[in-house]
Parts: sequence; C-alpha cells; structure tokens
Amino acid sequence: MNILISVLIVSGISAGLALILVVAERFIANYGSCKITLNGKREITVQGGKPLLSSLREEKIFIPSACGGRGTCGVCKVKVLDGGGPILPTETPFMSKEELTGNVRLSCQVKVRNDLSIEIPEELFNVREFATRCVKIEELTYDMRRFRFELTEPKTIDFVAGQYMQILCPRYKGSGEEVYRAYSIASDPTDKGVVEMIIRKVPNGICTTWCFEHLKEGDTLSLSGPYGDFRLTETEAPMVFVTGGSGMAPFVSILHTMQNTGSNRQAVYFYGGNTTRDLCLAEQMKGFGAALPNFTFLPVVSRPEEGSGWTGETGLVTEAVKRRYKELSGHEGYLCGSPGMIDAAIKVFIELGMPQDKIYYDKFA
Amino acid sequence: MNSVGHEVWLAVVTCFAAVFTQNILLTTFLGMCPFTSVSREVKTAAGLGAAVVFVMTFTTALNWLAYYYVLVPLELEFFRFVLFIIIIAAFVQFVEMVIDRYSPKLYQSLGIFLPLITVNCAILGASLFMVIREYRFIETIGYGFGSGVGWLLAILAMAGIRQRLCEARIPMGLQGPGITLIIAGLMALAFVGFTGVLG
Repeated sequence: MNILISVLIVSGISAGLALILVVAERFIANYGSCKITLNGKREITVQGGKPLLSSLREEKIFIPSACGGRGTCGVCKVKVLDGGGPILPTETPFMSKEELTGNVRLSCQVKVRNDLSIEIPEELFNVREFATRCVKIEELTYDMRRFRFELTEPKTIDFVAGQYMQILCPRYKGSGEEVYRAYSIASDPTDKGVVEMIIRKVPNGICTTWCFEHLKEGDTLSLSGPYGDFRLTETEAPMVFVTGGSGMAPFVSILHTMQNTGSNRQAVYFYGGNTTRDLCLAEQMKGFGAALPNFTFLPVVSRPEEGSGWTGETGLVTEAVKRRYKELSGHEGYLCGSPGMIDAAIKVFIELGMPQDKIYYDKFA
Repeated sequence: MNSVGHEVWLAVVTCFAAVFTQNILLTTFLGMCPFTSVSREVKTAAGLGAAVVFVMTFTTALNWLAYYYVLVPLELEFFRFVLFIIIIAAFVQFVEMVIDRYSPKLYQSLGIFLPLITVNCAILGASLFMVIREYRFIETIGYGFGSGVGWLLAILAMAGIRQRLCEARIPMGLQGPGITLIIAGLMALAFVGFTGVLG
C-alpha cells in the first residue's frame, strides 16, 4: 500500500511539473507568426519559435544539412541579413573569418523569434523532397554498392551531372535518430525518373550501415535535392579527373552527360584503389572510353596483391598523375573523394602549374 | 539578536563557508566535467559559472520546500534523489523558456549553458548536502548561492590559469585534462587554507 501511494505521489508531482511546462510552452514560448523574406523577393510566413532550418523545411525549402539540425555538421549555412540576433557560441567553430563578419549563420541554430530577412543560393529553390523506392542494389566491390531509386512523388527530377542528393536515414536499431547524408548522383541526368548512388560502407557510419544492412530492394525512402555546384565548366580545356572509392559517382553522371552531348573534350580519369579489389565499373568505363574519343580511364592500384596479375599503374594516384604529366597549366582539375586525397591531389596539381581557380572539387564531409 | 536576524547571520556565514572553506568543487570535487571541459576561456567559464549560481540558488530553495513540505510529511524522504532531479530539470526547462522569450540578451550569455547544467552533479549535490546538513530555509538560500559562487570562482580561476598555460611548455602526456586535474588539486590545497577562518 505504502509503495503504491509513494509511486502515485511521485508520479503526481512529475505530472504536475510536466503540466506546468506544457502550459508555459503554450503561453510563454508562443512567438506568433513571423515573416521570412528570402533573397529580398519572396516572403513566407511561419509559426515562430522553431529553428530556421526546420521552419524552412516545412515550407519546402531545403537547406542542405548532414546532422539534421543538431549543430554538429556546420553544413546548413545561410546569410541572415536581418533579425537573426548575435551569433551563438555553438556556431563560431564552423565559421571562417569572412563568414563571421558576413552575417553567415547556421540555420539550425537561428531561432525564428521575429521577422527575418535571409539570403540563400537561388538553386535551393529548385530543391524538392522526393518519395522514392529502391529498385536495385548492386554489389560493386566488397565494400561498395550501387543503389537505384525510382522516383514516385514527384516522378521526375532535373539535375546537373555532379550534383548530390541527401538521403533521409530513418531511425533503426542501433541508431536512435534521423540523419541526413549526402551522396552524389551517379546516373544519367536525362534518365529523369531514377537516381543512382554509389555508396561505400563506412565502419560504424550511421547511414551507410543502414543502407548496407537494412535497406532492401522494394523499400521506400525519402531523398531531397539536387544540391551542389560541382559540375563541368563550359570551356574546351583538357581535364584531369582524380577520385578514389565512391568518389566515382559524380563522374559516372558527368561521363553520361559528355556521351549524350557528343563531347570531344580531352579527359583523363585517374581512379585510385588500395588493391585490385577496390576497382569497379570497369565495363561501364570501357563503354565510355569507346563512346568518347578523347577519354582515358586509368585505374591506379597502390598495393596490387601478389598473383593478381595487375599490369596497370601502381603507387599512389597522385604519383600516377605526376608520371603522366610534366605540367598542367592549361588543364582543369576535377576531384571527388576524402579530404585527405583531395588535399594531396590539389598540392600535386598546383606543383604542376595548374591555376588554383581551375581546380574543382567535391569534398566528402 | 532576534531570531530572524540570527538566521540571516547564519545564512551569511553558511554562504561564505560554501564559497571558501567548503567549496563544492574543490572539497567534494562535484561538477568536474564542465569544470574541465568549459574552462578553456574566461568568457565562457563566466557564462557557465553565472548559470550555475542562478540555478543552484533557486533549485536548492525549491528542493528545500519540496523536501520539508512534501516528502517529510509523507515520510518519503528516500525519494529525494528522484524528486530533486525532476525539479531541477523542470526548473531549468522553465527558466530557459522564459529567458529565451523575454531576454534574448541574457539567453545569449546563459541560454546555451542552462541545459548543460541540468546534469551537473554539483547542482544535485548542493540539494543533497542541504538535507544532510539540516539547513533551515534562509540558510539554504545562503548555501545554494554560496556554493554557486564558489563554483564560479573556481572555474574562473581555472580558466584564467589555463589561458596562461597555453604559453607554457607542458609535457605531452599531461596536456588538457591531465594538467587541469593537477591544477585543481593545487587549488583545492590552497582553499584548505581557508579552513578555520569562519570557525
């Protein structure tokens, strides 16, 4: 009996406190509706009190974000011209000096308390949320797979080769939170009803673990995009591509586009792997090689296994670039992959005389 | 001296004792994790310290009322851990909401530290000591405020020292938390020197 009474009393007190909080939230944390002016021309009205990132998401404006709004990735930057209040200590670690003075804020940390005026890249207005179904999962290597998603609502997408989309990775056993993760689109932009992604398994990665162990053919999932400004320039300059692992994805899409437009641009693609087991899509690359007159695919293996019979390039991918080129001043460089690989490749490009502003890259965060 | 005056005097003494001779951080080593992780800069340390002073003063007082007017009459003293934690969490939530709404400036300097404090063991520790040491209400307020100020003082001193340590040559293995703990120990020894000042 005593136990029952004490449990009741403690639950009663907790319920009372919870009630006070709920009532307080209703009356104190009620900011009314606030107006957000976008790029000085479009206005939306939202219910105040929530972070800018989620308020915009509700209005179908998708700011890229990897952590889903917890302030840990620093991706969701926007310019807040007016009404954002002072920058918070949670934001400063992600900001460069120019950004600190240029009104750049993390949209997940800015709370909509009053009318705001913000500036976002125009292309984000084209970002949509897509309901999709996974229709095909293909093993490319021991740790890379290609996923094919059919768009169900909306049914088509317009994107430029090189852009990426975000997967909304749901909660699952082993991960208690929803996260967004960005993956480059690896399919042909003229194939508007589907998108493909090449994903490499990251040990303990939240989203890649889900994709590899839980996602099955036939499952539905939500994608948003397209994002990003990584793409080919419209010049005729010869190009050098350098990637490793799943950094191949945007280049598959880019090569599709080159094939569709009958491009004669000179391009040499260095693809780096640790062993021959890391190489993939050889057939597809051969196909591009046959269709594009000035395209060369050069796989580079840093440590070929004994007895694998590897006769191609060996060593680091950057060494292979140096062996082939003595100077690159008239070339454009395109990179996609891990920050370490990109930084190493940029160093080599600059050593070989490539101007810094002719180097384009998509760094994995 | 009349009884109210005497109580206030006791509260003042308790407050000073809590700041110096029985500093909650340096004598009981409670609240160590924010102490080691947020003491890199004087400015952030001051923000966190101010939030601790505020929350500690109010939660010890609230918990005193809850303990002596709810738990003691019902003979449920053993529930104090649960109840104190719930009250602290609810109070912090409530305060965060209020200052977020009415004082963006204060929220700026205090706001982000408030949720951190909910799980600060020094806050719960102060409420539990208040029961163990059988303080009366006014004393409790003095004690809560004093403990908070003591914590603030300790973290400010530590942040000041650590800012200078940036230029010192510290052996590799001791960098970061290692040297911080050693300094905390030396500071605790220094604070022991206050013992006896207030009888």
